[in-house]
Amino acid sequence: MSKNTDNGCSSKKKDRVAKPISRRTVFKMGLATGIAMPMSALGQSPSRLRPQPGDQLVFEEGPNQDALVRPELLELEARPLSALARDPATEVLRDGSRLNRMMIMRIDPELMSARYQANAAEGVIAYSAVCTHTGCDVTNWDEGQLRMACPCHESQFDIYDGAKVVGGPAPRPLAMLPLEVVDGIVMVAAGFRGRVGFTQQF
Amino acid sequence: MIRSSIFLYCSLVSSLLFAQDLPPYNPVTAERLLNPEESNWLMYRGSYDSHGFSSLDQINTENVDGLVPIWSFSTGLREGHQAPPIVNDGYMYVTTPQNHILAINARTGDLIWRYVRYLPDDLQQFHPTNRGVALYGDRVYMATVDSFLVSLDALTGELIWEVAVEDYYSGYYMTMAPLIADGKVMVGVSGGELGIRGFVAAYDVMSGEEAWKTYTIPAPGEPGSESWPGDTWETGGVPVWLTGSFDPDLNLAYWGTGNGGPWMGDTRPGDNLYSSSVIALDVTTGELKNHHQYHWNDSWDWDEVSAPILIDFERDGRSVNGMVHAGRNGYLWYLEREADAINFVDANPYVYQDVFTSIDPVTGRPEYDMTKKPGTGYEASFCPSLWGGKDWPPAAFDPKSRLMFIPANDNVCSTMVGEEVQYSPGRSYMGRGTSENGGFFVRPGTDHIGELQAWNVDTGERAWTTTFESQNWGPVLATAGDLVFMGGTNDRYFRAFDSRTGEILWQQRTNSGITGVPVTYTLDGKQYVAVQSGWGVDAQREQNLLNMAKGESHYVPQGGVIWVFALPD
Repeated sequence: MSKNTDNGCSSKKKDRVAKPISRRTVFKMGLATGIAMPMSALGQSPSRLRPQPGDQLVFEEGPNQDALVRPELLELEARPLSALARDPATEVLRDGSRLNRMMIMRIDPELMSARYQANAAEGVIAYSAVCTHTGCDVTNWDEGQLRMACPCHESQFDIYDGAKVVGGPAPRPLAMLPLEVVDGIVMVAAGFRGRVGFTQQF
Repeated sequence: MIRSSIFLYCSLVSSLLFAQDLPPYNPVTAERLLNPEESNWLMYRGSYDSHGFSSLDQINTENVDGLVPIWSFSTGLREGHQAPPIVNDGYMYVTTPQNHILAINARTGDLIWRYVRYLPDDLQQFHPTNRGVALYGDRVYMATVDSFLVSLDALTGELIWEVAVEDYYSGYYMTMAPLIADGKVMVGVSGGELGIRGFVAAYDVMSGEEAWKTYTIPAPGEPGSESWPGDTWETGGVPVWLTGSFDPDLNLAYWGTGNGGPWMGDTRPGDNLYSSSVIALDVTTGELKNHHQYHWNDSWDWDEVSAPILIDFERDGRSVNGMVHAGRNGYLWYLEREADAINFVDANPYVYQDVFTSIDPVTGRPEYDMTKKPGTGYEASFCPSLWGGKDWPPAAFDPKSRLMFIPANDNVCSTMVGEEVQYSPGRSYMGRGTSENGGFFVRPGTDHIGELQAWNVDTGERAWTTTFESQNWGPVLATAGDLVFMGGTNDRYFRAFDSRTGEILWQQRTNSGITGVPVTYTLDGKQYVAVQSGWGVDAQREQNLLNMAKGESHYVPQGGVIWVFALPD
């Protein structure tokens, strides 16, 4: 006979060391101990929310860092740049979780796989920056083959085919964020298509 | 309510534990760690000196060809299964990727308990692996990839305490087996790719209270701080991601350190102490007593994180209280350890290395061919590759034959170019640009990559080399049966070699490639050999690049299995 034990199986919590830890760590310890905590108790801030429909996009890097994303600011088939969503009403930047980060790029819509064309806006597309293998940021770029690549374990993703995995250990494509252009500004049309990040094995 | 349910569940299954026919648990004492009995494998390398050697010889060159599997156990997980099965009088503890601990009845292969750590969704794992538990008293300790140190009841798996060693969100993580000595449990941190500032920290082994924390990068005003310009020390990397060796006579633990960050040395001009070094820490106070830097201002991603093996060797007619390190930089380093100094003895390449032009005979400081040193906007090729002559898989030492066994990789090289990178907490801070073919190539005209090398530590001469066409990511176990056990190749074999000649005497094909640390122990007087098979992490990364370089599609299946072998009764 055997037993499974998880972090919630402690009967000796009195021995637990009390030490100053960050708010994020407290949040994490809540997860680690298997204790269900209501979202309000966690102080869920709008900055932690995933990109919401109607959000604007803001460059996180590159020559236009901190500027709103407009199609003309992206070169065709140039290296993807990281971006974050921003609530236009409150101006809250959704930078409270690395799972909110996306990579944006401009492609030729005619060459895009048909099933993903609706997610593009004037050739601008956005994929989650977080690899589906072990959660690293997909920051590398193969300009010859137009593939996004993960620096951790060499997973490669075809930007014209919904970030389909074309190399390496990633088990599934990067999540895609549907976009639209309103008054010349790129905005979020809907939440991420697909699960963001990696899935822990048990 | 949820907490109550969990408690009830755990209590219930705890009571089922005693349905197993298990011996009383034998607490692990300080004395047992100092003098581990040959019947057990109580720590990462079996003993504080990191020899990875067992005096057991029931299984030997005469009978090893009769080894057969006794039981196996599927972990249900993918990626790199690198931990040694730690064995204490019938209880076996094995860690897996994603920070599971499996407690197994070593006689039967039955599960006793399983600890599952729920990892945060926003965690990133550069190295999805874990390299084993440490034991003390009636407890089990593990360092986690979300940067916690956990202490569990060895009999039941119940969590006793956990401490946050650092914030994973800022790029800190841990994969090493903790080191326990002097009433403390010590861990080092990974995250050199993410702009961390490396350190080793010690905690009271019973309470988990922090005892000391020693950074691997000096702060302004501290000795060595002049080797870091500006504020580069704050995010300069220098992780410590493998278990240290411990000299109880000197009360010093020896830890290997990683390279500086970002990867290009021109972003942090200077020697960058104590990167790519061995550091000696007083285990009582954490004081950094002395160091030796293998190479300065790294630009090759040559972490030197393997702890040196503590070996007393002969040189020029005298006995040296020494230590030996097969460097990722491709040199085999012989050093002398004293209370207040680490002295350079000698160093020579053990694989093809085209970067160092000379080694200072007194200090051991290398000079470089600067055309081989990549920089920001400057692409350079160099050998060995960024994974070095030997990466993390530990070497072993047989004190009887005086041979050190090195799991090496030769004839593979890297091309790297640096690009500007901005620091952002928890984000990649390597600053490596894109090079053709993934920046990886095989030297033209060569016929192999993997090697198992044997070196006589007294003469400094190589005794033999066995080669493999495949890369080699196999940790090494040496035994008094004149045997060396190792897997590591992409053909999924686990092998036994004649330690006197390098001849392959036995091999078993397994489910996956083997990057696990092999161990040996006895139960009821009978010798066993155990290892995990489970390919992943850098072994798989190198396979991807080899496939690209060779135009092949060699496939190594993933999925972890614990294998236990013995001779038939």
